Amino acid sequence: MNIPKEYLNEFPEKIIDDLKESGKGLTDSKFKKVLEKTLEEYKKARITPGECVGLVGAESIGEPGTQMTLNTFHFAGVSEMNVTMGLPRIIEILDGRKTISTPMMEVYLKGKLSGEKVKAHALMLKETLLGVVVDEFNIDIADLKIDVLLKEDKLTERSLTSATVANVIKKAIKKATVTKEDNTVTVKLTGKDASLNELYRTKEKLKDVFVSGIKGIKEVLPVKRKEEFIIITAGSNLNEVMALDFVDTTRTTSNDLYEVHAVLGVEAARQLIIDEVMKVMENQGLNVDVRHIMLVADTMCVNGNIKGITRYGVVSEKSSALARASFETPVKHILAAALTGERDELTSVVENVMLNQPVPLGTGLPGLVTEVKK
Amino acid sequence: MSDVFLNGKYLGKVDDPKAFVASIKDERRKNKLAGSANVLYNDEQNEVYVFSAGGRLRKPLILVKDGKSLMTEQHEKQLEKKEISWTDLVKQGVIEYLDASEEESAYVAFTEEEVTADHTHLEISPLVMFGLCTSLFPFANFTQGTRVSIGSKNQKQALGFYAANYQLRIDMDISLLHTPQVPIVKSVMHDVAEYEKHPSGQNVIVAIMGYDGYNMDDALVINKASVDRGLARSTYYRPVVSEELRYSGGLTDEISIPDKEVKGYKSEKDYAFLEEDGIISVESNVKEGDVIIGKTSPPRFLSGLDEYNLASSTRRESSSSLKHGEKGIVDFVLVSESSNGNRLIQVRLREQRIPEVGDKFTSRHGQKGVIGLIVNPGDMPFTASGLTPDLIFSPHGIPTRMTVSHLLELLGGKIGALAGRFVDGTTFESEKEADLRKELASLGFRDNGTETMYNGITGKKYKARIFVGNMYYLKLRHMVSNKLHARARGPIQLLTRQPTEGRAKEGGLRLGEMEKDTFVAHGASLLLKERFDSDKTIVPVCEECGLIAVYDNYKDKTFCPTCGGDVNISNIELSYAFKLLLDEFKTLGVYPKLNLSNKY
Ligand SMILES: [Zn+2]
Repeated sequence: MNIPKEYLNEFPEKIIDDLKESGKGLTDSKFKKVLEKTLEEYKKARITPGECVGLVGAESIGEPGTQMTLNTFHFAGVSEMNVTMGLPRIIEILDGRKTISTPMMEVYLKGKLSGEKVKAHALMLKETLLGVVVDEFNIDIADLKIDVLLKEDKLTERSLTSATVANVIKKAIKKATVTKEDNTVTVKLTGKDASLNELYRTKEKLKDVFVSGIKGIKEVLPVKRKEEFIIITAGSNLNEVMALDFVDTTRTTSNDLYEVHAVLGVEAARQLIIDEVMKVMENQGLNVDVRHIMLVADTMCVNGNIKGITRYGVVSEKSSALARASFETPVKHILAAALTGERDELTSVVENVMLNQPVPLGTGLPGLVTEVKK
Repeated sequence: MSDVFLNGKYLGKVDDPKAFVASIKDERRKNKLAGSANVLYNDEQNEVYVFSAGGRLRKPLILVKDGKSLMTEQHEKQLEKKEISWTDLVKQGVIEYLDASEEESAYVAFTEEEVTADHTHLEISPLVMFGLCTSLFPFANFTQGTRVSIGSKNQKQALGFYAANYQLRIDMDISLLHTPQVPIVKSVMHDVAEYEKHPSGQNVIVAIMGYDGYNMDDALVINKASVDRGLARSTYYRPVVSEELRYSGGLTDEISIPDKEVKGYKSEKDYAFLEEDGIISVESNVKEGDVIIGKTSPPRFLSGLDEYNLASSTRRESSSSLKHGEKGIVDFVLVSESSNGNRLIQVRLREQRIPEVGDKFTSRHGQKGVIGLIVNPGDMPFTASGLTPDLIFSPHGIPTRMTVSHLLELLGGKIGALAGRFVDGTTFESEKEADLRKELASLGFRDNGTETMYNGITGKKYKARIFVGNMYYLKLRHMVSNKLHARARGPIQLLTRQPTEGRAKEGGLRLGEMEKDTFVAHGASLLLKERFDSDKTIVPVCEECGLIAVYDNYKDKTFCPTCGGDVNISNIELSYAFKLLLDEFKTLGVYPKLNLSNKY
């Protein structure tokens, strides 16, 4: 069904597609009536001028937030992996935290692969620390040295040799000589401050030495999603994972906002904010309109960087000096505003409440002027 | 070889950690080592932790050796005869205290029957896992944990017989329940804590049913006949305190009836209850504004000339009088000395509190509610035997909160009242529901506690049988008469010209940040402006420099202190708090210039 030109510019694409679909088989005059009625409904549904969308959005997200339980969501699987969900996750996202409590990735793979192959790929991703491949640390107090006994089977599982491990240790531990004999690597302290305490600290340090895999990927879990296998990881490193040739870069995602922003750009970060908040809301069985969250995401990403809804983020960029001062550290804001000779146009809510003027929203927006006859 | 840590610090190594730990425990039980030390061997980390520092929560447990409890019948007999005490048992190594870390390595049996050769300890009683208030919660093992917490907290707010010497005490904001009773459904802790010496509730007859919606949403309906017979009556005590302070230069406060020349003298009527010494007479019935303790203070600032004036003319009135909404009867007057050695007058006021609509009550199961209606006994539902309940509790409070213990107490209370005995409701060790039901049946009632009841208003029989029984109810300290408050106009603060805060100062009810948001979200800007109008003022502003100008009332002229009188000055309307803010900006050295423009 063709839509007359005068209506084409009135509707968004989605509605035009729907109209084309549902208008099939109607006569022209009937279809015109449908169009008229649709336009009427569409205009009614639009936000009226002066509607306080930000505040309504804040309340629409905040009110269900009070009902949220502090749940963590567990994956069914052998290795238990839990992801921060519920209110803590929402706070994390909207505050724009740099480090999140449970970074996680969903790695999609190219082509249809067998379960075995996926498992092998998954193991390649997993970060291996020295502590995992070590059988025992033997501390020799007299000679101030540590004997590191490596586990043969754990090494072959990750296609490693004791020589490579010895090399890694050599790079990681300074002020010590590293020697290798069969499956034992000996670390002997040499520096001036070599002491029993230092030796003990070195032992703890050795446990966390990075050996192989991708840095930051703490745990891997292959799962079946619909028809294919994907790998869910605890810990995130989008940049290096996407560089691997077996990874489908078009669908692979991380839940770390700043990583996505750095690797994929601000539009992807904005979409991630929306997706992650919606995921939590749906998980809790709460119904929040996506447009409220879109507004929040837009506010956070509007200047190309991610800003949290905090006093350092969005609030610090409010245009009104009075509004900023009313939020926190008033003296600092007022003095800064005075130095640059700022002028407050009283365009927002807080300033007008302070001055006891009508807020320029809703009934306070229109000014009524009558012409007086002379 | 394993590492040993003492209070978290690395100490050294031992060859055989298990033997080492065992020897520490053994020596401790033999009183060779301090009883406060606890030790744990962590075989995963291969480390031994010894703790002896303060601040660890520790729990007493009975030791088990070779599958047998060390607490023998002989010990129990000796305890009963008071030949030995708790400390003796600890010294003998029958009971020992474990902290959280050592508990990791203990295998504790819950009851004596389940002790096996593997067990290391035995719980003294399941009740010891609770605190005092939770131990007083009957049948707690039948109810959700969160409700148990709520129920225990509520008991702390209950009115009761709080101190035997209450007549001689001056306490702040305290109430005394008139006829407290011992609960029919008790736990062991009621006996251990000698609860009968300081009870804090009353056994009332409760019917679980609706009453024309007056008990919806946790409200309670109570019987006027019960109230008239003294149910949940209490006395509220409130002190009025005044101290004769001494100032530099030998000046002092003086407690007496103030002279009429004193600055701030009220009116003769306000001082009517005072005796010659300036203190109110006992048993006088006072209300708001009445002076309780008459007092005058020396003038605040003494300039050179004032010294030659008559002393009395410059003294200030500083009596203690009853604030807005306060009333009572003078109960007790105490003249003593403060810690600074000044004369201290304390007057205790008393007020009888009869239950009224809005007073808060609770059972011991986290089922609190306020009175929604006080019903004439004639309109109360009654049973076939003619019994009317004291209190009607809404059945809607039960399913969502799952307080099964509430229902069990009702059943237990009914049996206790009928059979004339106390019912044991100790958590985990209570009387069994089946036994209670059997006993109730043998007393000639339906075993599930329900009875046929009749509507008191129409006289018709209710289709449903009503669950009715006896329960221990507590009156909580939150009474409406302490809280009821409203204001249309009234006093304002001197600095901000905004309404005062708080009930005692006849204050306004704050329209806060979140309430403001709801107004904005609805777009009700003009309504919002009206709400915040309480401190609005008209201020003249100089259009030249944008600073606040001056209006000279005497000459009826406005002028700007910086630009003079020859400039345009407009009157604008803003909140006084903002004018204050502009003044504060000036103190910061910031020039707040108001740019005026016409709105239309
Ligand atoms: Zn001026």
